[in-house]
Amino acid sequence: MSEKESTPSADKGGNAEVWENIVERPEFEALLAAKRRFIVPCCVFFLVYYFALLYFVGWHLDLMKKPVLGKINIAYLFALSQFFMAWGMAWLYMRKAAAFDRAAAELLAKENL
Amino acid sequence: MTIAMFLAFVVATLGITVWSARKNTGASAYFAAGRSIKGWQNGLAVAGDYMSAASFLGISGMIAFFGYDGFMYSVGFLVAYLSVLYVVAEPLRNAGKYTMADLLAYRLKARPVRAAASLSTLTVSTFYMVAQMIGAGVLVSTLLKDYAWITPNAAIVGVGVLMIVYVIFGGMHGTTWVQIVKAVLLMTATFALSFMVMAKFDYSFAKFFEAIASLTYEKGGVEVTQNFLDPGMKFGAAVTGGWGPLDLISLGLALVLGTAGLPHVLVRFYTVPDAKTARVSVVWAMVIIGVFYILTTFLGFGAATLLKPHLITNENMAAPELSHFLGGDIFFAFISAVAFATILAVVAGLTISASTSFAHDFYSNVLKHGKEVSQATEVKVARIAALFVGAISIVLAIKLQTINVAFLVGLAFAVAASANLPVIVFSVFWKRFNTTGAVTGLLVGLLSSIVLIVLSPSVMGIDGPEVAAAKRHLIQADPIFPLTNPGIVSIPLGFLAAFLGALIKREPESEAKFAEFCVRTHTGLGAEKAHVH
Repeated sequence: MSEKESTPSADKGGNAEVWENIVERPEFEALLAAKRRFIVPCCVFFLVYYFALLYFVGWHLDLMKKPVLGKINIAYLFALSQFFMAWGMAWLYMRKAAAFDRAAAELLAKENL
Repeated sequence: MTIAMFLAFVVATLGITVWSARKNTGASAYFAAGRSIKGWQNGLAVAGDYMSAASFLGISGMIAFFGYDGFMYSVGFLVAYLSVLYVVAEPLRNAGKYTMADLLAYRLKARPVRAAASLSTLTVSTFYMVAQMIGAGVLVSTLLKDYAWITPNAAIVGVGVLMIVYVIFGGMHGTTWVQIVKAVLLMTATFALSFMVMAKFDYSFAKFFEAIASLTYEKGGVEVTQNFLDPGMKFGAAVTGGWGPLDLISLGLALVLGTAGLPHVLVRFYTVPDAKTARVSVVWAMVIIGVFYILTTFLGFGAATLLKPHLITNENMAAPELSHFLGGDIFFAFISAVAFATILAVVAGLTISASTSFAHDFYSNVLKHGKEVSQATEVKVARIAALFVGAISIVLAIKLQTINVAFLVGLAFAVAASANLPVIVFSVFWKRFNTTGAVTGLLVGLLSSIVLIVLSPSVMGIDGPEVAAAKRHLIQADPIFPLTNPGIVSIPLGFLAAFLGALIKREPESEAKFAEFCVRTHTGLGAEKAHVH
């Protein structure tokens, strides 16, 4: 149970080139690009979907008050759908992240790190 | 009966504390539970850390009184976890050690950044804690009203002392298990209540929603019938002088971006072995938290339809009174004890994150320049800090309990979203980001949130002489800022300040370390390892 005494940032200096080399490897660039391609659209989507609810609830009350399923109105269904949206987005990310983990592990193995 | 259930919970959690005290060997055990918590366990603990009494009692009450609009909080509290999942959990676990500031200090200058981050952490945690404790005082004394000696002051002191004991002796292990037990209890209670509500409607959703859609109750002595599923009872333009819809957007921004900047939530991701487990634990937390918030439908609307809003004592009592109506004294006692457990688990989480930040960020890295502090000293300082944080919160809660502090929780989320999140995002994703940007972002986000709240209708307002002391506005004048939630202004200000601050001067050291930081955050190379028992 030995532990590093220092904060991780303490081992600085000297080997900046090693890091630069890894960052410039095509595999690493591909990993970052793949993450960006997934995470940015996902964030945009969930924020738009969430704020759409708040926008409609704030400024389109008549539409939101329309009952669609018995007495249940659009407002409640839209709010409920947010939960399934969040779970769905989390599930998608879990699936995708497994591939990111593999790519990162392969990269480290190649560099003998 | 109720007091017996309270005591049972206290005894059980003290048992957990004694058991975990044995495991607290070294700093990583004390601050991060040895990074040995499993994914599902941490998911439960995150849920237990996050679902406060404001959720269980507050949201049920808000739905009972304001219908659909109360449910907006439920939605925001869950969706917020997508920002935690996508943006902060994994980089934080990979690059940090014990606190939020670790992530920022990785490539920026440690002293100024940690000083500012520690200030923001302590502010968020203290505000949040004082709000919880004042709530605890009122709640516990109301729930145990058969015992005259349990005054709000006695309850605040009791809750405060317990949380100090959990944190000082139990450390992160103890706090984690208190939160896990609380999450299980809270979910059990919520499922039980929901089933009992549906039993009253013969388990028919159609009947349940029909009752909600035409709810007859008394309002100001007049009988009215209202559709509680309709939005607009709290945030509608008609009832808020036009500002409600914008206020709702502002609240949504603070919830969705603030959760990813709440220090007591962030530190939970240090308790798991690696970034992958951190990710798994966010998803577990999302399942539990999501189910809970969907069930607030039954708690809130159940209280509205079965009890009628005008017959409920106040917003916080909707769920306890519903439990009494459905299950009598014993069930009421159980639900009250769950509410008590809920408060304790949350304040323990707040205390440990505040004291860790004080010891690790402020004492070791600011006062002692990041050298010559042994692990043992850091833990000792954290324990002393927990004592002080707890004592200060007890005093503040007792002093402030006569004023209306509903704004404190909103303030905590606003500060987290306006001060903490912008600098986290920039330091993870923007190479040019630097110390100046981090300090200006943290300070501007913190100050703008506080100033705007002070100028808002939460603090300013003119009350008639009939308004009770605890409901009176702190400043008796017309509000200068029209929204109760400052997020829509303070969050962009926080981002802008961090961005402009970073442009003032280039910091080659920070840019040079970005490559290393990038590799580490994205691959987990060199991340803090789990502690083997």
